[in-house]
Amino acid sequence: MKVLVPIKRVVDYNVKIRVKADQSGVDLANVKMSMNPFDEIGVEEAIRLKEKGVATEVVAVSIGPKETQETIRTALAMGADRGILVTAPADVEPLSVAKILAGIAKAEGPQLIILGKQAIDDDCNQTGQMLAQLLGWAQGTFASKVVIEGGKAEVTREVDGGLQTVSLALPAIVTTDLRLNEPRYASLPNIMKAKKKPIDEKTPQDYGVDAAPRLKVLKVSEPAKRKGGVKVKTVQELVEKLKNEAGVI
Amino acid sequence: MAVLLIAEHDNTSLKDSTAKALSAAAALGGPVDILVAGHNAKGVAAAAAKLAGASKVLLADDAQYAHQLAETMASLIVELAGKYDSIVSPASVSGKNFMPRVAAALDVAQVSEVVSVDAADTFTRPIYAGNAMQQVQVPAGSKKVLTVRATAFKAAEASGAAPIETIGAAANPGVSQFVREELSKSERPELAGARVVVSGGRGMQSGENFQMLEKVADRLKAAVGASRAAVDAGFVPNDYQVGQTGKVVAPELYIAVGISGAIQHLAGMKDSKVIVAINKDEEAPIFQVADYGLVADLFKAVPELDDELKSKGY
Repeated sequence: MKVLVPIKRVVDYNVKIRVKADQSGVDLANVKMSMNPFDEIGVEEAIRLKEKGVATEVVAVSIGPKETQETIRTALAMGADRGILVTAPADVEPLSVAKILAGIAKAEGPQLIILGKQAIDDDCNQTGQMLAQLLGWAQGTFASKVVIEGGKAEVTREVDGGLQTVSLALPAIVTTDLRLNEPRYASLPNIMKAKKKPIDEKTPQDYGVDAAPRLKVLKVSEPAKRKGGVKVKTVQELVEKLKNEAGVI
Repeated sequence: MAVLLIAEHDNTSLKDSTAKALSAAAALGGPVDILVAGHNAKGVAAAAAKLAGASKVLLADDAQYAHQLAETMASLIVELAGKYDSIVSPASVSGKNFMPRVAAALDVAQVSEVVSVDAADTFTRPIYAGNAMQQVQVPAGSKKVLTVRATAFKAAEASGAAPIETIGAAANPGVSQFVREELSKSERPELAGARVVVSGGRGMQSGENFQMLEKVADRLKAAVGASRAAVDAGFVPNDYQVGQTGKVVAPELYIAVGISGAIQHLAGMKDSKVIVAINKDEEAPIFQVADYGLVADLFKAVPELDDELKSKGY
């Protein structure tokens, strides 16, 4: 069984981003970029399926500018077998991403596609679900456990107040939540080996997709700043203020 | 300009997020119909019909909607979509699950986690975990598919009386099945909708120590939350997590105990009305957003807080 893992190159989660003065977007010049953390969990899950003998091949896919190749190399160093890079501008909307991925899925014929539940830049949380709809497949989003058995995927999902388990006909889509696994670090020999693994280059047009955005971004601004308040000296003073000044208890 | 709002519920009670999302839906300018898709959910439909501003409630009562699986929900909503210009849902775990399927089926870009309706076609939403706000415009002539962050809107009042229309189920794609559910049983309110939240961080040092917070939480009828650090350290389960990758909350009162205030945590609670921070490190970034800060050892301050609340009759 082939597993496809779409991954996104995003601003590293430790970077404090800055909004551009002209409000046209976020300043990405000279900012550290990394694989979206939820996608790393997806790569790890696919590799574990291969190590268990469930998956036979793990293909890492990314859509973005040339530099996105580095992100695919990271996935290859973790253990993915080969990569597909679809070169496109950095800000392709989830719907277009899903359409490109649907085209790749039709060409590659995977039984399982594992995506991060959301990218930590645009915070859309859409791509996996859109892809599932376009392909007519079932989805297990926000997964904390995935078991492949008897031609089905049993996915445990993180829902409000607990866990929900669903059974999905294969092929299916899984999107990862934090507790699914802890991604490995690539070892130096594996990083060296990854350099020799193949990466195919494609364009959105190869899949008949127009990647132009539909939504018009009017502006990107700083969020309203919250002012710090006062320090209280004692617990008694705190309770008094919460009761009489703030009126919240 | 008609709007279809998808109700969030558990077949027994209508979630408050529906009333809040209704305010966002009403701001789009057209009549708002509320879809209640569930099983044995007549009571939910009755509650939705009372929301002021709803013009009618559509009730799809069928076993296939008992757990609101994304595949069946999307199939139903897409079937109804022809009559509506906008489709809105709270950005809850459930709404996030099915709405992008609806958008993809209708071939439109979804706008996620709307926090303000600036014009009928213009919306503001947080990106980078709330470290930036993005204002986007939906192209003219396109259907709008929106998920809205309920905490950013006021709940519509329960003063209306809309008619309820029963509708049939849509074709079930039949690719997914509900297997089971394990919900943590708790007398405390749900984190996402609680009026007061008491959260602990890495400073709590262990899961057992969270019992101190639970005592305070019970006095204030509060939900208990945690930072990602506390979840990663295994003190509490993941569904306690408040932050960019966990739940976004905006209660009247948020009490952060032993939480340093990493960006990722602040993203999940900085819209709370009043924030209290208890931390022994006076340089902790949490104090920069706290309305009331107490620099103290939490192992002393939390029991004291419990005693003080008790003596004041809480």
